[in-house]
Amino acid sequence: MTFIGKPKILHGGLERNALGLTVRDYEGGMSTLCAGCGHDSVTAAIVQAFFELDIPPHRVAKMSGIGCSSKTPAYFLSASHGFNSVHGRMPSVATGAAAANRDMYLLGVSGDGDSLSIGIGQFAHAVRRNLDMCYIIENNGVYGLTKGQFSASADVGSKAKKGEVNQQPPIDAAQLAMTLGGTFVARSFSGDKEQLVPLIKAAIKHEGFALVDVLSPCVTFNDHEDSTKSYAYTRQFFHRAMHLDYVAPAEEIKAAYDEGEVMPVQLHDGSRILLRKISEDYNVNNRGAAIDYIRSHQRKGEVVTGLLYIDESEPDMHGLNRTTLTPLSEVPHERLCPGSQRLAELQQRYR
Amino acid sequence: MSASAKSRVNDFVIRVANVNGTGSASANSLLMKTIFRMGVPVTGKNFFPSNIQGLPTWYEIRVTKDAYLARSGDVDVMVAMNAQTYEKDLNRVTPGGVLIYDSTWPRDRMLSRSDITIVGIPLARICNEHFSNARARILMKNMAYVGALAALLDLDMEVIRTLVEETFAAKAKLVPANMEAIELGASFAREHYDCPFATRVEKLDKTAGHIMIDGNTAAGLGCVYAGATVGAWYPITPSTSVMDGFKTFCERLRVNKETGERDYCIIQAEDELAAIGIVLGASWNGARAFTPTSGPGISLMSEFLGFGYFAELPAVVFDVQRVGPSTGMPTRTQQADILTAAYASHGDTRHVLLFPSEPNECFELAVKAFDLADRLQTPVIVLLDLDIGMNDWMCKEFTWDDTYRSDRGKVLDAKALESVENFYRYLDSDGDGIPYRTYPGVHPKGAYFVRGSGHDKYGKYTEESSDYREVVDRLNRKFATAGELVPKPIIQRSKHHTDMAIVAVGSTDYAVREAIDRLASNGVHLNYMRIKAFPFSAEVSTFLHEHERVFVAEQNRDAQLKSLLTLETDYPKERMQSILHYGGLPMHCRSVIEAIQQSAAQGEAA
Repeated sequence: MTFIGKPKILHGGLERNALGLTVRDYEGGMSTLCAGCGHDSVTAAIVQAFFELDIPPHRVAKMSGIGCSSKTPAYFLSASHGFNSVHGRMPSVATGAAAANRDMYLLGVSGDGDSLSIGIGQFAHAVRRNLDMCYIIENNGVYGLTKGQFSASADVGSKAKKGEVNQQPPIDAAQLAMTLGGTFVARSFSGDKEQLVPLIKAAIKHEGFALVDVLSPCVTFNDHEDSTKSYAYTRQFFHRAMHLDYVAPAEEIKAAYDEGEVMPVQLHDGSRILLRKISEDYNVNNRGAAIDYIRSHQRKGEVVTGLLYIDESEPDMHGLNRTTLTPLSEVPHERLCPGSQRLAELQQRYR
Repeated sequence: MSASAKSRVNDFVIRVANVNGTGSASANSLLMKTIFRMGVPVTGKNFFPSNIQGLPTWYEIRVTKDAYLARSGDVDVMVAMNAQTYEKDLNRVTPGGVLIYDSTWPRDRMLSRSDITIVGIPLARICNEHFSNARARILMKNMAYVGALAALLDLDMEVIRTLVEETFAAKAKLVPANMEAIELGASFAREHYDCPFATRVEKLDKTAGHIMIDGNTAAGLGCVYAGATVGAWYPITPSTSVMDGFKTFCERLRVNKETGERDYCIIQAEDELAAIGIVLGASWNGARAFTPTSGPGISLMSEFLGFGYFAELPAVVFDVQRVGPSTGMPTRTQQADILTAAYASHGDTRHVLLFPSEPNECFELAVKAFDLADRLQTPVIVLLDLDIGMNDWMCKEFTWDDTYRSDRGKVLDAKALESVENFYRYLDSDGDGIPYRTYPGVHPKGAYFVRGSGHDKYGKYTEESSDYREVVDRLNRKFATAGELVPKPIIQRSKHHTDMAIVAVGSTDYAVREAIDRLASNGVHLNYMRIKAFPFSAEVSTFLHEHERVFVAEQNRDAQLKSLLTLETDYPKERMQSILHYGGLPMHCRSVIEAIQQSAAQGEAA
């Protein structure tokens, strides 16, 4: 990915977070994606989320595979550690990174080609492992870098720019993650920053695999009439199942809500997600009900957005493994190497 | 007893023919361990099918007072327990040898030989008479042949008893039944045959300071001692026991007794692509990580190995080679991944390889592999094979230097980063081709972007020819540095002047050394070089040039080691001659001797 440094001009009035950093400290290089690309809006939401969470950039590992979406880690958090891996294989690299240092924040950015075609196996197994990471799919139903082929998330009947009509059923990342035991499944729209920022914040704070599937239209290859992933189509048919607020651990809930209007979800570190205007028949803790809800709207041509499912009780990969709380990369050699005397004892049984 | 039987005290080969899934492995291991404890050098080779139950399997034990631990090519004592392969097994016995069979059932009179001693023991009958449980009858039949062999070969019954007690330490009530079966076999042999035979075992004191262990377990233990904390793998024969070993040792040594917390994380990946991805991610993030695999896994890992090479990430891969191509013969041995491993992945890539020859080296080179991977910031592939990995070898006890500290290579820590103005990931500041790296999360100044796409020396994306070339040319300099850091070859010179040499890698070492000794006693003298690593250190080329003719002995069809020597040294290829053994069973010295004698004869004729 091309890297063009962004001129750093600091306005005196820029807001600073608890670390004394401004939002500019969470930005990256200039985007080289097409003007109007949905991915750039997701990039902006990521910048905002990390800034607001007061996370030191160097404590973040931002990882990706190959594709337009996978280029974006160069456009945010330039002071973070980036890992642009091979196509469809970011989940395995993230698994290793998480294994080595459980204290780092892991952010994966992928696309529908990267996660649902070439990398569907790795995606599925990262979900199964309940890897502690925030995994964003920038979903546009199309391969951009190779100029407009359908991806596995393209809807039946959606038309390509050159006129071809997709006939194969789409893979829905959110439903897939739920059937694989995913513990945090969300969907959003790149054009809905108000919802996207708190969702990403909650996903970062969730202890386990947090999928945020973001409809992120491709202005160049999939924004025409008869495409079901265009801006116009998405704006018309995305269905906000709820409004969301993220409330940090120590923060007070300032707004006054009527009883029954708010459903708070407590995360591991004490922070809360407040779900508002949630429809009565929706239960964010019930996997089966969530899938039914998504499907019932799907039949009407609608795409449900919001926090679709959450389960804070399942242990993540390290919980299952009972890994020491010290990051493995920091366990001193003396604790790892048993020494000569133990070696002599160990060999008794081979004599 | 046949008159042609020759006395072969402490120098013979036992082969047990059996059906897999009948529990013969513990009987064979008991047999071998007994001889080992009697102080006589011994080696065991398991020829087993890729199957769980019902197919033929053979176990070969060589009793070798001179500690020639390769196969000899002979079978002096055949224990024919498998009716399916009886004819083949009978024909396999070296003239003057012994065949033991289960005489419970009548044998076709045609299936006999006059030049060997045939011993019938009604193993099934005596076990059926003494044991009522069906499974016990099958298992005890194996113990009964151990008993018969104990009488015939003069094995120490007390050693056997001790070993049985150790084996069933956790299930002590199984000891009497097993000992009973052994006694039954032994009594029958003593009553009906003149025990012991001329081919027998006599106590020696040649196994002190040695252990019997397989290379995979040794490699797993090496990973523990190297301080590896992340192991990722996809199960594949014959590499699985590397992770089994690592796991067993970690469970004993790396679990906090109070909290139950583990100082390790083993991840069974969805495939080998993920396994190597996990290793690269973990290494990047500061842990020592490894993956064991075999040929098909190396093929799958190729893309990521190229990534590791170009993005300069440490990784340790154990390739326990099996017979290829494709699925090949998963339970047979070969050294046929040499070229694939050396150049794995598209584009200009080269990888550091290590070639252990037996379990002690598996332990040592496992540790070395992590040091080299960290020092050179690149994947290191340790090439074992099924023979080293899965067979029990007699080897020197492992030793450990408590002053050892892992070499994590050029890593800038928080303090070092504090004092630098800017950190650039791919700068060659020391002229050895090795840049400095940082661990993520340590310091704000340490951040950089890892990518498999073109990058310049500052770590920035590039499509500029000169910037790209600067980086890949430096990688070449780094590979030259690797040649100085890897283990040097082992060179053994003949006492006689000779311009002929033999070159080998890995598990063929014992076969080659035995062949050299036997040829020397016939007046043919050869120097010997066993290569331990790639890139080849300078000594490799120097040694080759000291000789007019070089035999390259290896276990593959396509002379891969010879090809690598041709590509990576300037020694003329027409002066190298291959000795190839690639049928899937470990090389024996006879194949080396015959090839060299044939070549010498041709040389004289010409």
